[in-house]
Amino acid sequence: MNSTHYLHQLEDEAIYILRETAAQFEKPALLFSGGKDSIVLVHLALKAFRPGKFPFPLVHIDTGHNFPEAIAFRDYLAYKIGEPLIVASVEDSIKKYNLKETQGRFPSRNALQTYALLDAIQENEFDACIGGARRDEEKARAKERIFSVRDDFGQWDPKLQRPELWDILNGKIEKGHNVRVFPISNWTELDVWNYIQQNNIELPNLYFSHDRECIVHQGKLVATSQFIQPLPSDVVVTEKVRYRTVGDMTCTAAVPSEAASIQDIIDDIIQTKISERGQTRLDDQLSEAAMEDRKKQGYF
Amino acid sequence: MNTLKFITAGNVDDGKSTLIGRLLYDSDSIHTDQLGILQQQTKQQGVDIDLSLITDGLRAEREQGITIDVAYKYFSTKRRKFIIADAPGHEQYTRNMITGASNSDLIIILVDARKGITTQTKRHASIGSLIGIKKAIIAVNKIDLVEYSETVFNSIKGEFENLKEDLNFDEIVYIPISALEGDNIVEKSVNTPWFEGDTLLKTLEYIEIPSSENLASRFQVQWVIRPKNEENHDYRGYAGQVLSGAYQEGDRVTILPSGIETTILKIEKHQETIVKAVAGENIVLHLAGNTDISRGDSIVKTTELPLSSNDLKSWVSWLDHTVLQIGKTYVLQHRFRKVRVKIQSIDKKWDSNQWQFSQANEIGLNDIGQISLKSNQPLFFDAFSENSKNGSAILIDETTHNTVGALLFLA
Repeated sequence: MNSTHYLHQLEDEAIYILRETAAQFEKPALLFSGGKDSIVLVHLALKAFRPGKFPFPLVHIDTGHNFPEAIAFRDYLAYKIGEPLIVASVEDSIKKYNLKETQGRFPSRNALQTYALLDAIQENEFDACIGGARRDEEKARAKERIFSVRDDFGQWDPKLQRPELWDILNGKIEKGHNVRVFPISNWTELDVWNYIQQNNIELPNLYFSHDRECIVHQGKLVATSQFIQPLPSDVVVTEKVRYRTVGDMTCTAAVPSEAASIQDIIDDIIQTKISERGQTRLDDQLSEAAMEDRKKQGYF
Repeated sequence: MNTLKFITAGNVDDGKSTLIGRLLYDSDSIHTDQLGILQQQTKQQGVDIDLSLITDGLRAEREQGITIDVAYKYFSTKRRKFIIADAPGHEQYTRNMITGASNSDLIIILVDARKGITTQTKRHASIGSLIGIKKAIIAVNKIDLVEYSETVFNSIKGEFENLKEDLNFDEIVYIPISALEGDNIVEKSVNTPWFEGDTLLKTLEYIEIPSSENLASRFQVQWVIRPKNEENHDYRGYAGQVLSGAYQEGDRVTILPSGIETTILKIEKHQETIVKAVAGENIVLHLAGNTDISRGDSIVKTTELPLSSNDLKSWVSWLDHTVLQIGKTYVLQHRFRKVRVKIQSIDKKWDSNQWQFSQANEIGLNDIGQISLKSNQPLFFDAFSENSKNGSAILIDETTHNTVGALLFLA
């Protein structure tokens, strides 16, 4: 499949949005997790702003439950491109606000991330946060504008979204409000991988097939780690797996895969009949509107 | 392979969401887990699989069984990648439909075969045409419920053909379909042997997308790159997207508003020098001489100057609950340039029900009309009909910062 032309269209759209964000806001930030979507964002920002510096820092909302490989890659990439990285810790917010951890065997700190994110926004006076969310990921995300205006509490009001005409972006907001910016809104999972291949973008190795010890939980493979210890009743296997998405170690499932190269992964995805989040996120399956509810609370 | 963005419009219950569900389902673009959730939900409601649930993403939408805001969906075939904007049908959510329409190359207007052309059909046709869509498909849906009648199809087609003159579509395709049953969506239906045209999917795959490469060359400075480090001490590049036409190294250009003439020394794309850049590309221009240029300035070919004026006549599509007020000042955002404007007069209003202009003192939510404005600084623009990218703008309320109107300049 010759995908070059539409990948260029997607790239042009994303660079346009990044530059528009830089120009319209006083203090933007690029949310960077060390996952593939935000790595692509960084790559797009290099195209948008070099030889100049980025007009924004990289910001990571660190849940404390991340994969060490993702954290190492995050630090490596920030160092390599010479751009500042701010890390906001969910662990700190939990202590500061005495927050109750999610209960259960595979707890997600997704909802708690919002506290650290909103604190980071307030402390650094960020008026725009660029994120790698895509509309094809999830049905609440399918409704997002490119510039998504949030109130003082970071809340998304899906019934009162600003009109967004053509590609003209209106970033005017009240003081205290902020905007979430989604430059790769129109990319699908496959587009992201095709782009990574076309541009030879480096990724953390956990995206590729490797041996890993996992607990089999409701048909999903959850890696054993300092956060998830196997119980005597668990079925523990060591399998060739890769990660299709990279979230918390506690609630992201690995997929069995022999895919060792980007082309292998692309072939894998074309074959796969299960969605990205459906296959790998234990936290989205809590309810039909889990993502919508989190976004209304101020989530990405 | 390129991308076609299209919007589906029509009355409530004309089957928009079902149609999209059908396209995604038949093109094998729905993931099994999403289908699982779907089957669960439909089971709860005690009906057959409801394809419309694929697109309705918000809790309130599922509860009420309506679409409130645009949902974007993606699928591709061997020929094209498609981005669908599933837009609300309710009149009160028209402004959300406009958001979807403004980013579409094509509009599918669904008409219920039993009801024919309605006010909402006309409204959506008017909006789609006004906002710049050039291709329309009139999908006569629920054709199964009128016994696949050719007469019904032809009568609806005839009725819409009468409206055509007042619309700016350059191609209109009529297709009899049943979104629910799948007739003429992906496969040619045996139930409509009298229909000689292509199926909906084939039409979407092959319809031509207009290009803006042959228009006058337009470029606005979006961002100035000045690294000010040792290595790039004298680097000063003007970054932006080619709005229309093409630019080449050596082109003689005029900077607006200053009117200074200069030459393009070099064009860069992602730090590599290129000889020519065309519409849509993000580039960095380097110009001869030391001119003071900032964000929002236009760089145009000296032989192809745009219009320039403080007095503007424009179509407006109003998107806010507050009414457009004569004498009130708004911010006008023309791409990357902002000026202040005062509304001078409301010249006329389009009544899509009566299908004619009327006199009006007021323009309110979801209205379209023509107005005159005065700006505090000259704008450098084209008529929307000539150049949609450089001929459009938005109005922003100075106090709420909301986007309240879409402007489409008249010559």
